[in-house]
Amino acid sequence: MTDPVTRPKTAPVIHNAVGPAQPAGLSALPRNQWLEVWDQFRRHKGAVAGLGFFMLMLLAVGVGPLLWDIDPKYIDIPARNAGPSLAHPFGTDQLGRDTLARMISGGQTSVAVGLMAMALSLFLGTLIGVLAGYFRRLDGLLMRLTDLFLALPLLPLLLVVIMLFRDTLRSAFGPETGIFILIVAVIGMTSWMQTARIVRGDVLAIKEREFVLAARSIGTPDRRMITRHILPNVMSPILVSATLGIANAIITESALSFLGLGFPSDFPTWGRLLFDSTDYLQQYPERVMWPGLAISLSVLSVNYIGDGLRDALDPRIRGR
Amino acid sequence: MLIFTFRRLLISVPTLLFIALVIFLLLDLSPGDPMAQVPLTVPPEVKEKMRLALGLGEPGYIRFAKWLIQFFWIEPLNTVDHIFGTGFAEGKLRVISWQTRSPVMDIIYQRLPQTLWVVGLSYVVGVLIALPIGIYSAYRQYSVFDQAGTFVSMVGYSVPPFFSGVLLIVIFSVKLGWLPSIYDTTHVVNDWASFKVQLKQMIMPVMVLALQTTAQISRFMRASMLDNLNQDYVRTARAKGMSESVVVMVHVLRNSMIPVVTVIAMGVPGIFGGAIITEQVFKVNGIGQLLITSIQANDLPMVQTLTFIFAVLIVVFNLIADILYGVLDPRIRYD
Repeated sequence: MTDPVTRPKTAPVIHNAVGPAQPAGLSALPRNQWLEVWDQFRRHKGAVAGLGFFMLMLLAVGVGPLLWDIDPKYIDIPARNAGPSLAHPFGTDQLGRDTLARMISGGQTSVAVGLMAMALSLFLGTLIGVLAGYFRRLDGLLMRLTDLFLALPLLPLLLVVIMLFRDTLRSAFGPETGIFILIVAVIGMTSWMQTARIVRGDVLAIKEREFVLAARSIGTPDRRMITRHILPNVMSPILVSATLGIANAIITESALSFLGLGFPSDFPTWGRLLFDSTDYLQQYPERVMWPGLAISLSVLSVNYIGDGLRDALDPRIRGR
Repeated sequence: MLIFTFRRLLISVPTLLFIALVIFLLLDLSPGDPMAQVPLTVPPEVKEKMRLALGLGEPGYIRFAKWLIQFFWIEPLNTVDHIFGTGFAEGKLRVISWQTRSPVMDIIYQRLPQTLWVVGLSYVVGVLIALPIGIYSAYRQYSVFDQAGTFVSMVGYSVPPFFSGVLLIVIFSVKLGWLPSIYDTTHVVNDWASFKVQLKQMIMPVMVLALQTTAQISRFMRASMLDNLNQDYVRTARAKGMSESVVVMVHVLRNSMIPVVTVIAMGVPGIFGGAIITEQVFKVNGIGQLLITSIQANDLPMVQTLTFIFAVLIVVFNLIADILYGVLDPRIRYD
């Protein structure tokens, strides 16, 4: 009557005490660690909203110029100081330049500075952290260096460096590239310390694990050891500091531009646009809103992404 | 503890010297020319004499040593003279500003009260707001208040002071006209009416700076309270039948304050850095604004002294934080 080889209609299910029930057939497959992280990340509503908003922002400044093809430098004096209209959704400035177009091109610079400075600071921080954690001889020296950098008054020094080296770099690389290189370099070189400290701590802990011993016992050279075994295991703190690094770089760049020591007015960033708008605060107070909101919302979204990533990458929380 | 304090003090001396050297070299090696503002009609030999008059003739290490002596020996002597009316520093050369030709420290002493009032008050206000918020959010974790607090502190973290300040000016000065947008330093408080004016002009800069402090410290307070609320000694205290207010406000709070106090101490130099921007927004002529104007005027002695003072603040408050940590937490033994 019953067929002895009837397959069960539903796949066997493992009931987990924590988390949803999983089909047993799938659990045999090794799950990708990053898929797991993504599953956890998706549960953090703020982080998902932040990621969505940041992607939207990147898309807007990336594809924006193709859709909104008014030249941000085009001066149209008769249309100056206009309010929002169909031709100029965000209005125009005191020279009749379209604010939306300027916001898009300013956003490109701001986001580019944020990403590049973050990459530089991450590279320096990871390099110094891994070297200090892995090679005992370098540890003392590199950590003293980190402490010294932490004791430097950063904002005053940034201002001084930019003021002093601005003209030299401008004449060497042209006015726009020169200031871009300078700002990315100074922000990157003054914000690597936290990353270095966290990475060093993690490397010190990982160095004592059995798999490192195993790798060493089969004669893995140091270089391979770091790239194959150490670096993949310190990815999570690096990723979290990457998000915080973007937020920090965007705020620092805007602050420098706001103090009048960043990008020039004809090559604007969000900070510079905000600085220029404050001159017209009495007459056109709405003009400071666009760049201010753009800075605040991108930093807020990046901070939320960092928050969600930190939760998702923390194995103690991940199962919950 | 005393030995540790002494050792930390000794370590901070080379740190400070190194920072002074870094700042000096940065300014010295920079391609900027202090004579750039002098008109082109001035002949080169006169320019050379002006250069010598500014003390630029000697090699770098002599100028660095001179600056160190002036900053660490002659300026304190001058302060002593000023307070006690003595004459120790008479005839000794002080650090002179290139911009005004008056001693750098005199200008700094003129500007310092404004900064200290705004920065100091904002820090106190920020901490006073942050502590209750942190305590209550931790006590009612995941409640509506906690969620709102988390969101507000995230916003306070993310909105830069140059936007929140401008936003406040737009709302309260431009639209409503309640508060002045510019901080008037010459205002003298001598009666109730003038005190109210002073209060009005201080509200906005203080609140902008306090928002950032609040955001950071309330998060720390919450995390620290959460760590302690699940400890065994809390259960013991409750089991003994102590009232909830005693458990939270005496037992838990005292233990949670240990890391928070050090964070508060370490945040002081950062708030001075933030004051540079806030002073620019509200046109307060404190030391932050002095730094900006002297950077723009290429006034190197002033820039060097001010930047170094910021560095001293960082080193001193880190030292205070370390010592406080040892004093407050008897489990921490440095030696």
